[in-house]
Order: sequence, then structure tokens, then C-alpha cells
Amino acid sequence: MDALNHVMYYVGASALLLVGFYMVLVKTNLIKIMLGISFLDTGTHVLLVAIGYVRGRTAPILSESLRRSVEVGVAKVVDPVPQALVLTAIVIGVGVLALGLSIVVQVYRHYGTLDSRAVRGLKW
Amino acid sequence: MRRAAALVLLAVLATGLACALSAIPFGRDKIDVANHYIREGVEETGAANLVTSVVVNYRGLDTLGEVTVLFVGALGVGVMVYGRPAHGGGNREKASLIVTTGSRVLFPLILLFGIYVFLHGHLTPGGGFQGGAVIASAFLLLYLARPGRTLSRAKLGTAEAAGGLVFVLVGVLGLFATGYFLQDFLPKGRPGVLLSGGVIPLIYVAIGVKVGSELARIIGDLIETE
Amino acid sequence: MTLLEAILIAIMMAAAVAASVFKDLISAVIACAAVSLIASILFYLLDAPDVAMAEAAIGAGLTTAIFVLAVRKTERYER
Repeated sequence: MDALNHVMYYVGASALLLVGFYMVLVKTNLIKIMLGISFLDTGTHVLLVAIGYVRGRTAPILSESLRRSVEVGVAKVVDPVPQALVLTAIVIGVGVLALGLSIVVQVYRHYGTLDSRAVRGLKW
Repeated sequence: MRRAAALVLLAVLATGLACALSAIPFGRDKIDVANHYIREGVEETGAANLVTSVVVNYRGLDTLGEVTVLFVGALGVGVMVYGRPAHGGGNREKASLIVTTGSRVLFPLILLFGIYVFLHGHLTPGGGFQGGAVIASAFLLLYLARPGRTLSRAKLGTAEAAGGLVFVLVGVLGLFATGYFLQDFLPKGRPGVLLSGGVIPLIYVAIGVKVGSELARIIGDLIETE
Repeated sequence: MTLLEAILIAIMMAAAVAASVFKDLISAVIACAAVSLIASILFYLLDAPDVAMAEAAIGAGLTTAIFVLAVRKTERYER
């Protein structure tokens, strides 16, 4: 049970990353590829926040009592820097997804199909 | 063939991840740079929320870059749907009575909650991005309750432009007041009070308005054109 | 607490595999929304309330809406 506690967050985030990579590499439907990109994003975010976690500490919002303990010199909060990075990354992820999906809709309008093997305009 | 090659690649990736992550013990104290932020954060920035002070004050330039990336994304969506006719209504079924009445009650409440979230970003969990997303979901509810009606996208565009402009203006004012772009130049106040934290509430209000109207515009572009 | 987190992570992995397998694209999008929802709960259990709020509002709300709109304008079933 203790060994499970040590690895389960990393296993979950890595599983999301691997499923995302599989969908981007193997699937031929364009919307499934965009779903794979979304899974890659979510897996990375969970991995980053899990790396910044410290056992036995609390969230990085300094209320009155925590502020007094910081003045004494003992800080008891989780790492705030990965959380700041992930906050930015989530919003950028939705922007990228919106742009990608409008391109997919435009491709469907032009080619009539969503199969990535059929949309080969750049024949070389 | 393709599937076999992909599975081999995934196996290599999985072993690489396992080797890398086994060297990072889960839950042990490995805080390095953030020790300074935790010790001096409240004194130097005046905000009680450490994540807010990192996002807006210590790493403010990254937030400016992120706001730019979101703006380019919204611009791209607008370019993709340019020139398409707005959907010829008539074949849209009306929403049910519960959704129509409920949206009339809920829309101002959700808007108020979104404004509360980004206004108190430096005191409680929250901030500009979360508040903006809540506001955009209020507009999504409005679209779902009234199919066929269009919102005024010109007003949303003005709000979005104003939000971005205020952010850059605050940075330039910091440049004139102290000599560094985006430096904090307002008095810090007492931590825990609403009017504290220097420029942080100002920047978060600008970001909240900008992200909210931007995401609402993206959703509007995708719904209204056919 | 550990048992709860283990069950949530197992459900998240199952939902991700299900999104890859489903042929109906709307079902795949709903599975993606389930993954985002459980990721938001995990963020809260990892002491990150800001990130949990952002992921819940954006991942489980707006991303699903954008996907459903895109599927509505194209085909519903993967061939």
C-alpha cells in the first residue's frame, strides 16, 4: 500500500501521456487526433503538479495563522511555482484546441471527409 | 505496420518515463527557488495568495506572453469563420421551458460569481483566468437557452481590446515610475484586505475581462456561423 | 484517502482508454470531459485549489462545448 502511494500519481499521469501519444500516432480521424492532443496536455499538467507536491503541507494561500508561522521562519506550504506554470498552460491549451478544431472544420468543408489519409493536398 | 511501430515507440517512451520519474521521489521536500517566494512573498508583493503573486508579480512577463498567445488563437478562429453566413434560423428547435427560465435567473448570478472570483484573486483561490472562464460559461448558457439569437460581438470585442490595453498600459506606467517594465508601483497595503497587493488587483481585473470576453467570442464564432 | 485517490486514478485511466476506443465521437468527447473532471479533483487533492478551479471551468466546460460544436459540423461516427 505504501509503494502504491509513492507511484500512483506518476503512473496515472504517464498513462494519460501514453494514451495521448497513441491517439496522435495511430488514429486517422482528425477529431480523434485533437482529442489525443488534449490528453497530452492534461497528462502533462497532472505530472507537473504531482512533482511539486510535498507531503504534510498545505495549499499556498497564506492565511493569518500561516503568515505568523512564516515570520517565525517555518514555511509549511506546497511548491507554488509548478501551479503557476500549469495555470497558464491550461488556458493556452484551450486556445490551441479552439484553433485546431476550426481548422478541422474547414478541412472537412473542403475535402468532404475527416480521414487523414485522404487529405493529402501536398503530394510530394 | 503503423500500429506495431507506434507500440514499440510507446514502449521506449514508457521506459524512459519510468527511469526519469524514479529519480524524483513523490512527496519529499524538493522546493528550491520557491523558498524565497514563500518567505518574502507577502512582504514584497502584499498578496496573500502565493500563486497569484508568482503569476502576476514575479513572473509577470510570462503572463503577458500567455495573454498574447490566447489573443492570437482567438484571432485565428475569427479568420477561419470569416465570410461564412450566420446560420439561417428556422430549423433550430427551441430550448425547453426549464432551460429558458433557469438561464434568465442564473445568467446574472454566474456573471456576479465570475466577477467575484477575479476581484478577490489575491486573497482566496481564484484569479483572472478562472473568473474569465466562469464568465465565458455564462455566455455559453445564454447561447444554449436562445438558439438563433446572436449576441453583440462588437461589444465583446471592445471589452477584450480594453482588457489587453490596460495590462500593457500598467506595464508601461511601471516603466515610467520605477524604470522597470511591469514593476509594482502602487502602495502594498495590509495583506488580507481587498485593496492591497499593489498592481495585482488591477492586472487581474484586466485579465479577467479580457479572457472572459475572448473565450465568449470564440464560442460565439463557432456557434453562430454554419 | 489513499484508496480514494487510487480508485479515482484508475477511473481516469479507464476513461482515457475508452475515449480512444469508442467509435461514436460524442461518446469519446464525454469520456474526455470525465478525464478532465477527475483531473480537477486530483488537483484539489494535491493541494492546488487555483489549478483545480481553472481545470474544472475550462477543461470540463469550455473544451467539451468546443468539441461538441466541431463534431456537430462534421461527421458523428468514425469510419
